[in-house]
Amino acid sequence: MNNIFVYCEITEDKVIADVSLELLSKGRKLASELNVKLEAVVIGTDLKDVEAQIFPYGVDVVHVADDKNLFPYTTLPHSAIVLEIFKHEKPEIAIFGATSIGRDLAPRIASALRCGLTADCTSLEFGDHFENKTQTEYKNLLYQIRPAFGGNIIATIINPETRPQMATVREGVMKKEILDAKYKGKVKKVNTAAILKDEHFVVQIIERHMEASKVNIKNSQVIIAGGYGVGSRENFKLLYDLADVLGAQVGASRAAVDAGFSEHERQIGQTGVTVRPKLYIACGISGAVQHRAGMDQSAQIISINTDLNAPINHIADFTIIGSITDVIPKMIKYYKANSK
Amino acid sequence: MSFRIIVLAKQVPDTRNVGKDAMKADGTVNRAALPAIFNPEDLNALELALRIKDQRKDCEVIVLTMGPFRAAEIVREAMYRGADRGYLITDRKFAGSDTLATSYAISLAVKKLEPYNLVISGRQAIDGDTAQVGPQTAEKLNIPQVTYAEDIPEVTDTHIVIKRRLELGIETVKAPMPLAITVHSSAPDCRQRVAKLLMKYKHARTVTELQNETKDYTELYNQRPYLQIDEWTVDDLHADVEMLGLSGSPTKVKKIENVVFAHKDSKVMTSSDEDINNLMKELIESHVIG
Ligand SMILES: Cc1cc2nc3c(=O)[nH]c(=O)nc-3n(C[C@H](O)[C@H](O)[C@H](O)COP(=O)(O)OP(=O)(O)OC[C@H]3O[C@@H](n4cnc5c(N)ncnc54)[C@H](O)[C@@H]3O)c2cc1C
Ligand SMILES: Nc1ncnc2c1ncn2[C@@H]1O[C@H](COP(=O)(O)O)[C@@H](O)[C@H]1O
Repeated sequence: MNNIFVYCEITEDKVIADVSLELLSKGRKLASELNVKLEAVVIGTDLKDVEAQIFPYGVDVVHVADDKNLFPYTTLPHSAIVLEIFKHEKPEIAIFGATSIGRDLAPRIASALRCGLTADCTSLEFGDHFENKTQTEYKNLLYQIRPAFGGNIIATIINPETRPQMATVREGVMKKEILDAKYKGKVKKVNTAAILKDEHFVVQIIERHMEASKVNIKNSQVIIAGGYGVGSRENFKLLYDLADVLGAQVGASRAAVDAGFSEHERQIGQTGVTVRPKLYIACGISGAVQHRAGMDQSAQIISINTDLNAPINHIADFTIIGSITDVIPKMIKYYKANSK
Repeated sequence: MSFRIIVLAKQVPDTRNVGKDAMKADGTVNRAALPAIFNPEDLNALELALRIKDQRKDCEVIVLTMGPFRAAEIVREAMYRGADRGYLITDRKFAGSDTLATSYAISLAVKKLEPYNLVISGRQAIDGDTAQVGPQTAEKLNIPQVTYAEDIPEVTDTHIVIKRRLELGIETVKAPMPLAITVHSSAPDCRQRVAKLLMKYKHARTVTELQNETKDYTELYNQRPYLQIDEWTVDDLHADVEMLGLSGSPTKVKKIENVVFAHKDSKVMTSSDEDINNLMKELIESHVIG
């Protein structure tokens, strides 16, 4: 069987993006299960020693395409290079971050290779499949698992016939884990001059304003998340007050983001970030599956909701029946009273 | 030479307002219970196209939608807001298409409309949030793509300047045409229907819809060519059936599961001072906070 590939993104600070390291960690596990190698693709500018950042995650081979015009990312040069590598190496599986870059690049690659691609997977595992129509047995297919359709169902998607089996995964869904600080793989330099042509550079970047991410809810131990039930942007201030006292970060459901109560960067769930804090306080969140997909691994969950039957209460350790406008000020008050 | 923009728009179930009756007892989705709407980001895409039309006399905006017969509503809705005409790609043989098969069919329809300057789609459709059809259509057409557009500050005969909304900021790019663009929800909202256009196009019909109309209506329809919404089938597109529907879709749904709650024994409490005081004490004592 052929190897597993992860496309690694380079951040504004010129390091490998967290989401890519998370995918390498997952890729390592999948590769070991199949007894194949884990390979990484890194494309950018001034990539000297970049391999040192990724070998510890258990990477066996890294393909490095280093050329002056490859950072910042643009679609055509990156897809030309990835396609060239894939055509030679014929990956069994290829995983991309579900980021601005990954979601621009992966579909283009999948279309060129005519293979299947599943967006925003929340879980990847192996399983078998028997195709009744052709009476064919498939072993160790990649089960690409994602919530679908209004979140009422969880779908398992497979690509029996086409290779690579492609998937995108959001930041935070997989866990970043160093395998062995001394792990050493091989570096393969990509001959970019042989691949890149002028026509790949027709889209020119003329201006960029990038900011380092302001909020980092992913690494916070305590998260206060607000939903549509918070009611307004003003009421969201209550959540910030509680977060200040508890040293927490504020997150939001998609309905709260759509209503303009909170910024998109704070969205938690299938199409936001995935978090695993010690404590998750869900304020006025009903608990749709797409939301739970991003927070149900929290160690403890408190739900504050006016509705006893809100689905979120079923996964909460504590359910407070009441309005957030009433409950949150009291939480602040009694936290202060009880913490020395 | 005219400036031709093709807008890709999809009719989607309104998954943002999934009610209790959206799921049938057997765990399948009850599509009938969900209103069908114009995919929100496709409205943003239409607006960016119409803004170019506002600036250029030679500009023509054509809507393309693929779906069942009732998706003709999308074409009419776009015409009420300023699109010049539209096509419905519809055929049973398209059923079960994944994004790869969908973009194949759409790309064939776009090719029939050559020469075009821009193919503008939404970033993603809310029924699946895959955001794949735009880039895949671009690849099939062998043209460059610019994703996540929020504004188009400049258009000339030879190039276009696009402001893109990325996770961590804004990027402005200059691109040649023909070009595929996908539009982000941060782009301007779509203008409302125009009363005059509503009056003009409310009787626009596809051939299939026409079958349910009276004879008088058919006469009117024949006198006014602008009322005809063209339907394109697999044959019209000269499509390879192997690349459509289930056979043309490499992704298969292996399994659909209802979401089962892993019930925890939740401790339920009120918002009384006493209950909240006790809870905060417990959290501090168990070192969850503090
Ligand atoms: C493809 C797809 C992807 C999605 N991705 C995500 C995602 O990543 N993240 C996400 O969150 N959602 C996502 N959604 C949306 C998701 O399905 C839900 O619509 C959304 O999570 C609902 O948000 P909510 O719980 O804040 O709002 P609602 O469902 O409206 O719930 C509001 C809750 O607040 C309670 N309430 C009302 N007033 C008060 C009060 N004063 N005090 C306390 N409680 C009160 C109500 O009882 C209710 O339970 C996605 C949907 C789709 C289709
Ligand atoms: N059936 C369709 N008909 C027309 N346009 C479509 C169709 N499916 C997808 N699109 C376009 O492609 C975009 C992305 O869709 P998706 O990949 O399904 O998230 C949508 O916003 C539409 O602009």
